[in-house]
Amino acid sequence: MITLNYDNNKKSISIPTKIFINNEWVDSIDGNENFSLINPTNEECLGIIGLGGRKDVDRAVEAARSAMRGKWSTMAPLDRGILLNKLADKLEEKREEMATIESINVGKPIGESFVYDLKQSITFLRYFAGWADKITGRTIPISSSPDTSTPTRQVLAYTKQVPLGVCALILPWNFPLQLLMFKLAPALAAGNTVIIKPSEFTPLSTFYLAQLIKEVGFPAGVVNIVCGLGSVVGDAMSSHMKINKIGFTGSTKVGKMVQNSATNSNLKHCSLELGGKSPIIIFNDVENLDLVVIHSFHGLFWNAGQCCSAASRIYVQSEIYDQYVEKIKKQVELRVLGDPLNKDTHQGPQVNKNQFESILRYIEIGKREGATLVCGGKRFGNKGYYIEPTVFSNVTDVMTIAREEIFGPVMSILKFDTVQEVIDRANDSEFGLVGAVFTKDINKSIIVSDQVQSGLVWVNSFNIIDPSIPWGGFKSSGKGRDASEYCLSVWTETKTTVLDVKL
Amino acid sequence: MSKILLPNTKLFINNEWVESISGKKFKTFNPVNEELICEVSEGDKADVDIAVKAARNALENGEWGKMTSEDRGRIILKFANLIEKHKDNLAILETLDNGKPLTASKGYDITQSEKTLRYFGGWADKIQGKTIPISNEYTSMTRHEPIGVVALIVAWNYPCMLLCWKLGPALAAGCTIVAKPSEFTPLTALYLCDLIKEAGFPPGVFNLVNGFGSTVGNALSHHMDIDKISFTGSTITGRLIMEGAAKSNLKPVTLELGGKSPNIFFNDCDVNHIAKCAKDYVFSNSMQSCCAPTRFFVQENIYEAFLQIFTEKIKQLKVGDPYDNDTHLGPLVSKQQHDRVLGYIEKGKSEGATCHLGGGNYHHADGKGYFVQPTIFTNVTDNMTICKEEIFGPVVVILPFKTVDEVIKRANDSTYGLAAGIWTKDISLALNVSNKLKSGSVWINEYYSIMPSIPFGGYKQSGIGRDLSEYAIQSYLSIKAVTISHKTLYAQQN
Repeated sequence: MITLNYDNNKKSISIPTKIFINNEWVDSIDGNENFSLINPTNEECLGIIGLGGRKDVDRAVEAARSAMRGKWSTMAPLDRGILLNKLADKLEEKREEMATIESINVGKPIGESFVYDLKQSITFLRYFAGWADKITGRTIPISSSPDTSTPTRQVLAYTKQVPLGVCALILPWNFPLQLLMFKLAPALAAGNTVIIKPSEFTPLSTFYLAQLIKEVGFPAGVVNIVCGLGSVVGDAMSSHMKINKIGFTGSTKVGKMVQNSATNSNLKHCSLELGGKSPIIIFNDVENLDLVVIHSFHGLFWNAGQCCSAASRIYVQSEIYDQYVEKIKKQVELRVLGDPLNKDTHQGPQVNKNQFESILRYIEIGKREGATLVCGGKRFGNKGYYIEPTVFSNVTDVMTIAREEIFGPVMSILKFDTVQEVIDRANDSEFGLVGAVFTKDINKSIIVSDQVQSGLVWVNSFNIIDPSIPWGGFKSSGKGRDASEYCLSVWTETKTTVLDVKL
Repeated sequence: MSKILLPNTKLFINNEWVESISGKKFKTFNPVNEELICEVSEGDKADVDIAVKAARNALENGEWGKMTSEDRGRIILKFANLIEKHKDNLAILETLDNGKPLTASKGYDITQSEKTLRYFGGWADKIQGKTIPISNEYTSMTRHEPIGVVALIVAWNYPCMLLCWKLGPALAAGCTIVAKPSEFTPLTALYLCDLIKEAGFPPGVFNLVNGFGSTVGNALSHHMDIDKISFTGSTITGRLIMEGAAKSNLKPVTLELGGKSPNIFFNDCDVNHIAKCAKDYVFSNSMQSCCAPTRFFVQENIYEAFLQIFTEKIKQLKVGDPYDNDTHLGPLVSKQQHDRVLGYIEKGKSEGATCHLGGGNYHHADGKGYFVQPTIFTNVTDNMTICKEEIFGPVVVILPFKTVDEVIKRANDSTYGLAAGIWTKDISLALNVSNKLKSGSVWINEYYSIMPSIPFGGYKQSGIGRDLSEYAIQSYLSIKAVTISHKTLYAQQN
């Protein structure tokens, strides 16, 4: 159990932190490590949690498998949807508590967690609650005769979209609750049961959610949680012989390991939502440069740069380049760093020491490789993992800071001249998660967005994310899609039945 | 019995209760004892004009057209929740106005109303178009937009439920509505108006004008500013609706009309089982149902056994006070219907069919009320009136048959084609027969398998279009194809 005190110790939230199986909190069987949760704002210990082990994963899988044969499997899809809507209602009721937990654990400003993270989480639940009873298959008029002897034989072919079964969800630390909902909502809507491994750095919102799941009335075993290290629990899940699918959000490096283990064990389904080095392209014909500056600014600095979809390469057409850099600098000057629980804070600390040191290293590399440091470039304050919002200009495509994912508040601004040039440069990356194009011109807006090799491209906007819009990357940014009707196909299996109706 | 809450009885326009312009009222009666329940404001063309203006304004200028589809869905869900909360009141009111047993109002009508709205609430933010691949030079897409202001005209046999069947897709699609309940059963629709306001629908999204077919119905079907009309009722009135639509502005028409649905039992059936099942559904709602199983075709090997067991079971059905939990059949909805049904029964007898059970008025209490005995006719031929025409009362004809091909032909020999039942253990037989039946719904080893996610509607003169399911939403949308040519960039790029 961990208790978080906030609002000058006037309020507190208690969160159970054990293993959650069959709607009960149980001690770990073979997890032999304790893990200190560190508050990134002040580097102090929030509490100690016991990490789970491989036997806990086995136990969770058994619970999830049993639940697939129980009440959950006979429940009408409409009733599954009703439960998901009830969970959304509960989350709305507990919005302040949940947002506070997220802000304390991750370090993200309460303004963001309350307004955005929680909104997305609630909306995803409601959107997929509505899909539960609408996952239709097809009846198919067979196009040719099955044999030549009786060409008029009646064959009825139909498909049903059936649940995959037990799904493992492995989530990162940057949007713990929101990214969990991206997967949990459709997985449950489709009738699966799940075991969740939250990041060991940021498990608290997931633990708190477990209570709500139990209160709302999900049958025991439908949702299970084992928090542990990637190398132990994550590995146990991806190589488990009785898990039907793994949904992973995290780094490309670990994503490859997950897919490898998934393949070598039982060829389980695998969907991956990985890293990015996403380009924004700003043409000189934009009508309102100030608005573009605001969109692109938040495109990079949101969540202190800790987004898979961070706009980490900003290409600005030469005529407006200098103007743009100046305006960005002015935006940085307005940015307030401080206590995430303070409503006026724009940027909190980075999530942990590792990330903090890694980002500072990239900043030094940027300076060394000859980019122009416009502002920032060092630690902020002397307590907590704060880094000043940092802007590099005159960045070139070969620089490390233009190629590798930094995952911090470090903006790179590059100059370009022509349309075809910038498309080629934008695509010169192993990644392809998101992109954005800013232009007034109807042709450029469609053609450039078509040709940028990204899973999602925003035109004259950024960060419009909605449960109805498919989310996911090209190339090493991942495979499969989260959100929208499209994701239902990765949470179900197509079962085809072919009936010979000859009398 | 708990106190009955009568709703406001005026017209409902722009979320306000208003008198009709003429000030006229009509009466609605309790079919159990023929007594007056209350008077209801009677609208006419002038009121329809005001309601349509309100609906048009709400669509084009109001919040409804501007809010997100997610918010639209939330409001529809709130409405479903309110119906659930008010289930008892609505059920009691439905039984008072229509006469159907309270167990049915509560367990079926109002429950289905709520489930249907819940289903469609989930569709609101999922109405997607397509993008169509042409070539690099084009981006082509379809937008699915709300068709606009829609008129919904509903029958008296399932007043609340049929209104919710239509409200669901219309609201999910983003349309605004002018509704006309049946003049025989206006009360539950009136009750819903307050729930609609409480759920948060902006003013003008839902408007209600009570009145008669010849005035209000006629005004709706002929209106030049209504974009679509959806009607549930008799085939005769359906024709008038379609005619009015054609003569005015060619508004699209969805019609859900009558039926003479066949229920087919094959030799391999377990006779006890099918007879027991039949007892539970055959006389539901006193067979005042468009898809009632009015022609039982029983294969000859099981005919005698079935008839005997079935008749015994039907004798156990209780006719009487709809507020009594043991009652299976309440009264018919009105004197008109009562006399009509008795007329058909007499016709059956005079054309030479055998009245095997029942066959006339049912005397309940002091003899008042529109009750009819559950009636079974045998020795019926296919061309008899009672075998061809829709009776809309508790009369079922039972006909033997020999072969599969024969029963398919006879089942299809009707101007109607709404529903059909098939009872057999043989999967090939079931699917072959269901392929060949000209029927909008085919139910295998069950009857009345009606659910919000399954399309419902008729072949032939049983109707046009579908209620319920994703298919229903299509009829509340207009398809706009937007094609952008971007040929010129390639020239510019070089």
